Amino acid sequence: MSLLPPSHTPEVIRHLKSFAPDVFCLTDMPCDLDVPQMRYPHLPRIERPWRVPAIDAGRTVAFVFTSGSTGVPVPHAKTWGRLIECVLEGARRLEVGAATALLATVPAQHMYGFESSVLLPWASGSALCAERPFYPADVCQALQSLPRPRVLITTPIHLRALMAYPDTLPAADLIVSATSPLSQALAQQAEIRFQGPVREIYGSTETGQLATRASAREPAWRLWPGIALTLEAGRVWARGGHLEQPTALGDQIEPLDAEHFLLHGRLADLVNIAGKRSSLAYLTHQLLGIPGVRDGAYFVPGGERAAEPGPARVAAAAVAPGLSAADIRAALRGRIDPVFLPRPLLLLDRLPRNSTGKLPQEALRALLGPPPRPTP
Amino acid sequence: MCELASTLPALDAEALESELAELIVAALNLDVPAAQIDPQARLYGEGLGLDSIDILEIALLVSKQYGVQLRADGAENTQVFASLRHLAAYVAAHRTK
Repeated sequence: MSLLPPSHTPEVIRHLKSFAPDVFCLTDMPCDLDVPQMRYPHLPRIERPWRVPAIDAGRTVAFVFTSGSTGVPVPHAKTWGRLIECVLEGARRLEVGAATALLATVPAQHMYGFESSVLLPWASGSALCAERPFYPADVCQALQSLPRPRVLITTPIHLRALMAYPDTLPAADLIVSATSPLSQALAQQAEIRFQGPVREIYGSTETGQLATRASAREPAWRLWPGIALTLEAGRVWARGGHLEQPTALGDQIEPLDAEHFLLHGRLADLVNIAGKRSSLAYLTHQLLGIPGVRDGAYFVPGGERAAEPGPARVAAAAVAPGLSAADIRAALRGRIDPVFLPRPLLLLDRLPRNSTGKLPQEALRALLGPPPRPTP
Repeated sequence: MCELASTLPALDAEALESELAELIVAALNLDVPAAQIDPQARLYGEGLGLDSIDILEIALLVSKQYGVQLRADGAENTQVFASLRHLAAYVAAHRTK
């Protein structure tokens, strides 16, 4: 059974150990997680024909965690059959077959990376490049070294960095992006520079992959077959297909017809930084849990953003006499994923609560003054 | 003359360090004044508290500004983000503009 935690903060690891006391870390490199380690051996070359084991489709093979709204990570059980059913549809749509070589810039321990760099090769017979390059120059070199057809599995953040690479990019037969929405302009630019089509995947930890779109051409997403979207009490729910149960989606979704929808961003309270999702309520709860913090709130700085901004961050304001910003940051580091460390963190005498004690996001944003100057 | 020759590179290095600090603070929207970044403190994780998204952003920035392509291979590269000083030294050695 695999456990895929939302982050590796000490608090999450503590929770993981109480969820599964016999948890251990299977790793092929030194790792500082506070759980027993098992070093993955280098396997000798397999000479005999390898028999792929048959796994019961109903067997739970993984728990994928979301960060939850109360401070406790929430496990989502995944059965083998439904995971594979989902990625097989992905393989059909993306036309990834046994002759395809995959290169991923995303790690395998979150849902997108798990599906696209672990399950997809298993289900389609394609080959995954052992390297997971980070810098644009390394991505180019690794991609160039692969036989075609070759597929780049990446994110908008990596694509944006790759578009700034000054030299010719190696051709890719397909570029797959997920974690946060890709702009049409970036998708078009990527298609020109890589001389291949861009396909974007929409999904979540709870649901796995749900839809794809040809981002350079069309704003509408096409659902996986058998998945239906329904509007209930102001939230859009997905059900059917490979889903284990009906699931409320965290995005503002406008269904167009039975098969297509538009995505209008995250619901107001939710944040997504490079595919890591959380909620302002959860982050605020963690901030308020720090001894010495009397009042505090997380908020999203800035309103409308430029067409191709750097990754958006979240900000926070706190009333904490006696604590420095560094103290609060250090305490948060043990509680939340570091991507959600506030930027900036404002220390105030009191928060701009209105007469009813509410704290409008606009009032918090106003504390920041004019937006920061753009990247040169 | 000798004295001048030996102090000039040091001045250049210091100027590049503060230029990089300014660029990083602006690009990453950090709430730390550029002048307060300790050139010897770790950039990643503890220290300045940058994460991998920031590192990619800095890679983008030094590519645009100085024509330097960072790479993960090579022994010197593992040290690039050890501190602002390491980063500045790497940029100084590899800049094409």
